Amino acid sequence: MEQTMVENTWQASASWEGLQQRAKTLSEIRQFFADRNVLEVDTPVLMRGATTDLYLDSISAEVDVMGQRETLYFQTSPEFALKRLLATHRKSIYQIAKAFRNGEAGSRHNPEFTMLEWYRPGFTLQQLMDEVAALVGPLLSVEAVSFHSYRTLFQQYLGLDPFTSSLEQLRQCCKQQTGCDMDRESLESCLDLLMSHAIEPSLGQGELTFVYDFPAGQAALSKVAEVDGVLVAKRFELYVSGAEIANGYDELLDADEQQQRFESDNVKRAVYGKPELPWDRKLVAALAAGLPACCGVALGIERLLMVRYGYKNIADVLAFPYDRS
Amino acid sequence: MASYSTNDFRSGLKVMLDGDPCAVLDNEYVKPGKGQAFNRVKLRNLKTGRVWERTFKSGESLEAADVMDIDMEYLYTDGEFWHFMLTDGSFEQHAADEKAVGETIKWLKEQDIYTVTLYNGEPLNVSPPNFVELEVTETDPGLKGNTAEGGSKPATLTTGAVVKVPLFVNIGDKLKVDTRTGEYVSRA
Repeated sequence: MEQTMVENTWQASASWEGLQQRAKTLSEIRQFFADRNVLEVDTPVLMRGATTDLYLDSISAEVDVMGQRETLYFQTSPEFALKRLLATHRKSIYQIAKAFRNGEAGSRHNPEFTMLEWYRPGFTLQQLMDEVAALVGPLLSVEAVSFHSYRTLFQQYLGLDPFTSSLEQLRQCCKQQTGCDMDRESLESCLDLLMSHAIEPSLGQGELTFVYDFPAGQAALSKVAEVDGVLVAKRFELYVSGAEIANGYDELLDADEQQQRFESDNVKRAVYGKPELPWDRKLVAALAAGLPACCGVALGIERLLMVRYGYKNIADVLAFPYDRS
Repeated sequence: MASYSTNDFRSGLKVMLDGDPCAVLDNEYVKPGKGQAFNRVKLRNLKTGRVWERTFKSGESLEAADVMDIDMEYLYTDGEFWHFMLTDGSFEQHAADEKAVGETIKWLKEQDIYTVTLYNGEPLNVSPPNFVELEVTETDPGLKGNTAEGGSKPATLTTGAVVKVPLFVNIGDKLKVDTRTGEYVSRA
């Protein structure tokens, strides 16, 4: 049994054409940033600080150096290290990095994947969205671009206001739209379910669809501001062909606020029976020393390749996905 | 009864949903950005045959359905029930009603082997093999010499099934038929 498994899975899953498309796309991305004077950098994948997000699970490794044994964490994105680099040198940078997320496997997910992440000091979110469109539009041969607030999408697709609807209304809408029982789930989870199942599949048809002004509860590492009487997270997501491919922030600069979010993440983790994690103290120190006002965005390379070349499965754009690793 | 988590959902797995036994057809992992993960699952309701699309929280579990697919030999019908017998030498018999036999009725031939799905020990569904061999009882006379191409004509088989056959087929011919499409394959 074991032997046949090995015999069947030693080969690459991606075709040679798929690998050429991947290489071509990466070289076009590098050219785009070279033309704009954004420097390619490299940061470690193994870090001492872990991602504390409730629904992001890091993969850890036991590292032994000179008799000193400690647990390090594979980055779920290069974000923390890039921000420390930004606080050190205050220049526009990008990285094409391996990112790792435990438990994520499916036709659009692999526990190990490639992320393009870049930071632009002095950019507004709108300028960054325009830059994302300038990069992605030509790669996908899509010219049309549209911008929608999170709130207007919910009103348009589901006839409800994500900021003022009651938890009960959202849970009912979840049940009706997907059959999923969300009766013990939080407001944020209900919104996530509705966004990913009832709205996302319709977005980005023949255009690049940017969604901005998310609920403040989904701020992650972005700033929060009041817009039209509600608190919104100053971030955006890009959807193409019904898939989310990029996620951008007007980056949080406040060290105390950042520390508070990490700590409250750990409290939430404890409530959900997940281990508390060492949050990144060096990132908080970097923010305290002064991160330049900036916007940053992460883009999933495999998702981009799937949309660009019409592949249905992430295995078509990876040499060796998880089950062949 | 055992239960299965969304991580175990593979095509063919039988689970209980809303009180009905269902077979998992497809399981897609969906994760919104940094939010909670979900599984979008397609299931076939084994009672009604209808396909359901449902979303579950990743890690959520469903009770296993007491469903078994067993090879059985078709014996006879008494008009109300269709009787099948286990092929394992136990001679154990099961009676399937009209609902369980469903469309398969037109492919039922005595002594042939069918897959009977038992739910709580009762026949829930009867499926035919992919190919069956049946005799023609009624069709227009065959045309000599026309063995390869040309038109087609209807032929009624011993079970009452009507299939389109080439013009050269005669009454009394045994035909191989694909039960999935209801199409003539060849003379047997």
